[in-house]
Amino acid sequence: MAPTPCQLCHTARALVKRPKTGQQVCKTCFFEVFETEVHNTIVEGNGIFRRGERVAIGASGGKDSTVLAHVLTMLNHRYDYGLDLFLLSIDEGITGYRDDSLETVKQNQVEYGLPLKILSYNDLYGWTMDRIVEQVGRRNNCTFCGVFRRQALDRGAAQLAVDHIVTGHNADDIAETVLMNIMRGDVARLGRCTAVTTQSEDTIKRSKPFKYAYEKEIVMYAYFKKLTYFSTECIYSPDAYRGHARVFLKDLEAIRPSAIIDIIHSGESFVLDQNTQKGMKAMQTCLRCGYMSSNDLCKACALLQGLESGMDRSALHQKQGGDTAAPSGHRTIPKYERHAHVPVSAEAGGGAEGIDTPLKALAIS
Amino acid sequence: MAQSIASGSSSNGLGYSSKREIATEELVVEKSGGKAGGKGEDELEIRIEFGGGLHLLFSQQPRHTVHLPRHTPSPAASSDPSPEPTASEAADNHPATMRDLIRHMKRTILSEREEMFGEGDGVRPGILVLINDADWELEGELEYELKDRDEVVFISTLHGG
Ligand SMILES: [Zn+2]
Ligand SMILES: [Zn+2]
Repeated sequence: MAPTPCQLCHTARALVKRPKTGQQVCKTCFFEVFETEVHNTIVEGNGIFRRGERVAIGASGGKDSTVLAHVLTMLNHRYDYGLDLFLLSIDEGITGYRDDSLETVKQNQVEYGLPLKILSYNDLYGWTMDRIVEQVGRRNNCTFCGVFRRQALDRGAAQLAVDHIVTGHNADDIAETVLMNIMRGDVARLGRCTAVTTQSEDTIKRSKPFKYAYEKEIVMYAYFKKLTYFSTECIYSPDAYRGHARVFLKDLEAIRPSAIIDIIHSGESFVLDQNTQKGMKAMQTCLRCGYMSSNDLCKACALLQGLESGMDRSALHQKQGGDTAAPSGHRTIPKYERHAHVPVSAEAGGGAEGIDTPLKALAIS
Repeated sequence: MAQSIASGSSSNGLGYSSKREIATEELVVEKSGGKAGGKGEDELEIRIEFGGGLHLLFSQQPRHTVHLPRHTPSPAASSDPSPEPTASEAADNHPATMRDLIRHMKRTILSEREEMFGEGDGVRPGILVLINDADWELEGELEYELKDRDEVVFISTLHGG
């Protein structure tokens, strides 16, 4: 086959077929359009960043967060966002999995010159995932890991006094989450999971600058830029349900690449009606550790209590009584405190999370 | 032939980077046709590299070199033994394509869980393929005719964030 010329510069040889547009582009133009699109996601509307903001990149050592660290460092410089960037990693305590990927994050720290903070489940909760799996088995361990990771990221961000956490979730991940929320009937999360930025009063702002970046392009970018990333399956991972959703999505994408963006649009178009909103619990703080919670105890404290009591089932199903003091001898989570950094410019009152934001389209009844 | 791998830099954009792996990394030359590593006149030498964790399915080795016949009997010709001795034997053979390479890989170097790699004649959706650094979607995918010393990279996007 004769080499195809790039459809943008018309001179160099095309090396990538963009999944979103079908456009055939050369390496240089590919970098250019990829970076520009991420920049557009960042500045769209009011923009996700404020000048002077301290921003933590949730870094796992995997492809998405590695490419995010690379691209954000570059864009911050190129467009002068004025951000203070940090790398924030969570060590779940999974031997042979997280050890290696943390090595990669440490390498990224050097390559991009970003300060790195690593928080471990062991330090925070007194339990590693290895030990949790030993106790609860492989069925429910993803629940523990998910709850613990989310809270660990917030706590790490609070310790770094950052205003904002960005994660490497890409378009494929978001489409997958939309599907998962539909399959779980979790309508409340549908709109929110597609938002580039979410923030409620007490939580640290979170954003997904790769919302419109296809996984294929992220991997191609990492490959052509020869970025150091680590890739292996979590040894405890089999979240079979999510796995099926993922394969289903890849099959759809192979037939029609726009499926990814179409599913994200579907998620965006769902709107909560008033009754559903009222049914949602107001946020308070955990009476034991001070973290945001919709119950007296936050999910992490409830799960930890279950672990400490030697239960082999998710403590989430436990009845939460008024007993908020941990049973004696039980490990507890350190008090959560936000030392919020005060941004130079006044924070626009974006207190709205997906739930409050009036969305377009029709209400589902 | 078994040229040494440029090591030292662990940055490869392919999703493996641990020092341990780089240190023990060796070119795996598939032993086919009796002569280990040798390549016949009628064979193509193809370099293969795996990324995104795919090497786990190929004896944990990220790099392989395989030797593939330049021509493969066309499926129609082999499954349909025509009574008359074919006038042009060469016409029944087609130049080796990516389809032949993938079939060859499954037969020779794939060490486990075939369903994680192949689907039908091709690869599973979510596995990216580059031929000499170009997206195979620009190269004709399975129909691409291989040349000697082509470099083919397979990268899984299916896990690892
Ligand atoms: Zn170009
Ligand atoms: Zn708590």
